Amino acid sequence: MKLLFERSRKGRSAVIVPPLDVNEYRLPDGLAREKTPRLPEISEVDLSRHYTELMKQVHGVNDGAYPLGSCTMKYNPKVDEETAALALFTDIHPLQDLSTVQGSLEVMYRTKRLLCELTGMEDMTLQPAAGAHGEYTGLLLIRKYHLDRNDLKRKNIIVPDSAHGTNPASASMAGFRVINVKSNEEGGIDLDELKKAVNDETAGLMLTNPNTLGIFDRNILEVTKIIHEAGGLCYYDGANMNAIVGRIKPGDMGFDCIHLNLHKTFATPHGGGGPGSGPVGCKGFLAGYLPKPIVTEIDGVYGFETPEKTMGQVRSFYGNFLVVVKALTYIMSLGREGLLEASSVAVLNANYMMHRLKEYYGMASGKICMHEFVMDLDELKKETGVNAMDIAKASLDFGVHPPTMYFPLIVHEALMVEPTETESRESLDALTDIFVKLAEKAHEDPEYLHNAPYTTMIGRPDEARAARTPVIRYDFED
Amino acid sequence: MGRYVVSTKEEQLEMLRAIGLDSLDDLYADVPDEAKASEFNVPEGMSELEVREKLEEMADRNVRFRKVFRGAGAYRHYIPAIVKSIVTKEEFVTAYTPYQAEISQGVLQSIFEYQTQMCELTGMDASNASIYDGATAAAEAVMMCIDRKRNKVLVSEALNPETIEVVKTYCESRDVEVVTVPLKEGKTDIEALKERLDSETAAVIIQSPNFYGLIEDIASSVEVAHDSGAKYIMSVNPIALGILRTPGEYGCDICVAEGQPLGMPMGFGGPYLGIMTCKAAMTRKLPGRIVGETTDHEGRRAFVLTLQAREQHIRREKASSNVCSNEALCAMTASVYLAAMGPDGLKQVAENCVAHAHYLRDRLLELGFRQRYDGEFFHEFLVESPADPKAIEKALADKGILSGLEVDGGILFCATELTGKKDIDELIETVKEVISK
Repeated sequence: MKLLFERSRKGRSAVIVPPLDVNEYRLPDGLAREKTPRLPEISEVDLSRHYTELMKQVHGVNDGAYPLGSCTMKYNPKVDEETAALALFTDIHPLQDLSTVQGSLEVMYRTKRLLCELTGMEDMTLQPAAGAHGEYTGLLLIRKYHLDRNDLKRKNIIVPDSAHGTNPASASMAGFRVINVKSNEEGGIDLDELKKAVNDETAGLMLTNPNTLGIFDRNILEVTKIIHEAGGLCYYDGANMNAIVGRIKPGDMGFDCIHLNLHKTFATPHGGGGPGSGPVGCKGFLAGYLPKPIVTEIDGVYGFETPEKTMGQVRSFYGNFLVVVKALTYIMSLGREGLLEASSVAVLNANYMMHRLKEYYGMASGKICMHEFVMDLDELKKETGVNAMDIAKASLDFGVHPPTMYFPLIVHEALMVEPTETESRESLDALTDIFVKLAEKAHEDPEYLHNAPYTTMIGRPDEARAARTPVIRYDFED
Repeated sequence: MGRYVVSTKEEQLEMLRAIGLDSLDDLYADVPDEAKASEFNVPEGMSELEVREKLEEMADRNVRFRKVFRGAGAYRHYIPAIVKSIVTKEEFVTAYTPYQAEISQGVLQSIFEYQTQMCELTGMDASNASIYDGATAAAEAVMMCIDRKRNKVLVSEALNPETIEVVKTYCESRDVEVVTVPLKEGKTDIEALKERLDSETAAVIIQSPNFYGLIEDIASSVEVAHDSGAKYIMSVNPIALGILRTPGEYGCDICVAEGQPLGMPMGFGGPYLGIMTCKAAMTRKLPGRIVGETTDHEGRRAFVLTLQAREQHIRREKASSNVCSNEALCAMTASVYLAAMGPDGLKQVAENCVAHAHYLRDRLLELGFRQRYDGEFFHEFLVESPADPKAIEKALADKGILSGLEVDGGILFCATELTGKKDIDELIETVKEVISK
């Protein structure tokens, strides 16, 4: 596909802005840019066709199954897009007088209350723009809490080795030392290891439950108790909330603060890597440290308030507001019963697929899984030489998005499958058939799989070369 | 109620039986009773029609202004129709981060194009695939400059206050000292900057046009900063770069910007776009995703996420940042916007902004307003008003016009290509009436 710059021809741009209707104002020469930016000069029709061509080389949720583990690639309802596109939401300045933004504030307030109810938290900020941003914000709550109590020794955040990479990265950005603890064979926290890891320097624990093997940690109450008894706080990574929403509240598992990914659990689209939204909720004793401003309601009038001991701001204004509109639309559509059905069926669909696939693939855990499961291809690799990458790449030829590869790190040849609740039984059967076929192919013709995919626009790219000699912008000829 | 689960209750039962279970509750046998919530105080669901009406009711409680003379970090510009048409394509909207390059060339190429445009616009060598917004981009830029010896950042007081807040939050948690640099006549005081620079200063961050709309003396402050070995982070307005000297031309090390003016609506604060570009030497310190060009085994051009050794999923606690999801669709929006405008169109928008702002300023001065700070400005300026700013805001609001923002007792006005002569004249007439009362 040609690049925008390769389609550019001098003088072809469309006319979008009218000519000046007042006198021109010329800034002094020293302030003017010297070099004209080489932006594309392209007609509207060519621009439109360019992106249509690009669009055909993108796999979205609407193109087929998207069992990308840990990412919750469920269907993104269209009405959510429509409500978020209402001009009375999109065309509002963030610094308007509060009396002129009561609708936006109501959206924020309702969302906050509903999400607090679903998570067992008491207050919440919608400011973080993504999951990792939420993690950072949640960890700052923990940091502020200990500092406020003058408990300065508490520098350690405990993270299981099965955790997503953002957990340790966020902890270190928030100024903590990361203590990795080994997980048990179910991917959960090993209680003995945990007991050894906690001490008076423990600031807190970061955990997702269900864990990254897709298993609900049945020791969870014990885990959070150990942390609390050591004087630490428990942070819930909401990445896997889609398994439990409407059924279990993280607050009831002993967590003190959480982040949610609205772009996972609450069906807002991922946009090819954002914008997301990562609200952070907390129990009442942490609410005073939340970022400012916090949306409030008094006698039907909505406003903003600065929490007493606020950490400051983690982003400008109030976060990704239009994403919040989509999530609220979703929650109000489904309601209590609908949310419960969604999470339950997400779990059912995963178990349904796993049940058949375990005859063909090793599983990281043999237990009933939650909304996702992890296939362990170590045996298959030993027997046939075919690894997780080969199976993932080969699945591309069947028009599905592959599962997440090589995560969690504790499983060496991992393929993590998360079908979500918005796949039909036929779709799950078809998806399963593909992976069955590929397992059989691995034994018959491993070479074929090593070279897959065959039908995509490009074959496997040379990633080593990309990193060794980085080309990260177009090289203009002139 | 709205329902996006596909399977019927009967199908669910059949599937349960197929795996040897009787009910959905059986799937949660491992959950301890104490952790099973007794009650969810969440309302019943609604049909699509009902939920749409409910959201419209909420939206109706907002006031949308016909004309907007307010900026201060969020700007209303014209959004070309082609921009909206492209960035609402389902494939772009619903895809995940392009991990699987073979089926993600469309997204990857668009990010590569975005990176190139950002380098061209800012005059820098390298760009990432975006950060959450302008304020977080500034904070992440500071983190790129910190090392063992240099742990202090100098922040101009004329940065957007939202940005200062976020930089402070990020620095506090990493024990980075933040020292503000006072202003002289609304611009960063170069003498005060000199006094504060020392061998522990990692970076200086200055915004131009600054919060008051003024164009800063970047050339002098870059020299001063570099003389003491500090890195220079320049925060810009991307529309202004249609005509203004670029961070690259000034010799800055990192450029950050709020990308919202490039085709994104004001959206009550988000989603926005954090633009981040830098000199080649700092490429490997950039946070977040970066797309690179390579080839596949048959030598065909291919784009991939690259330089991942910086990132959290490889480096974990030693990563350059925790950034994972960024603002990909907003980056595409900016990219389409710039392609639709082209170099001449962008220049024209910038020229309209600066001309309208000066026309507005001149007309306000005729009414007895006083300009707080002298100096060249782009599309915002601060004036002292002969009448109560609140009375002016009210009178304008009654006509569907959003007045400038009250700042330090004055009014910070902003004009763009969307506030033409006719609109400015209308504003002036209304203000005149307020003053004469």
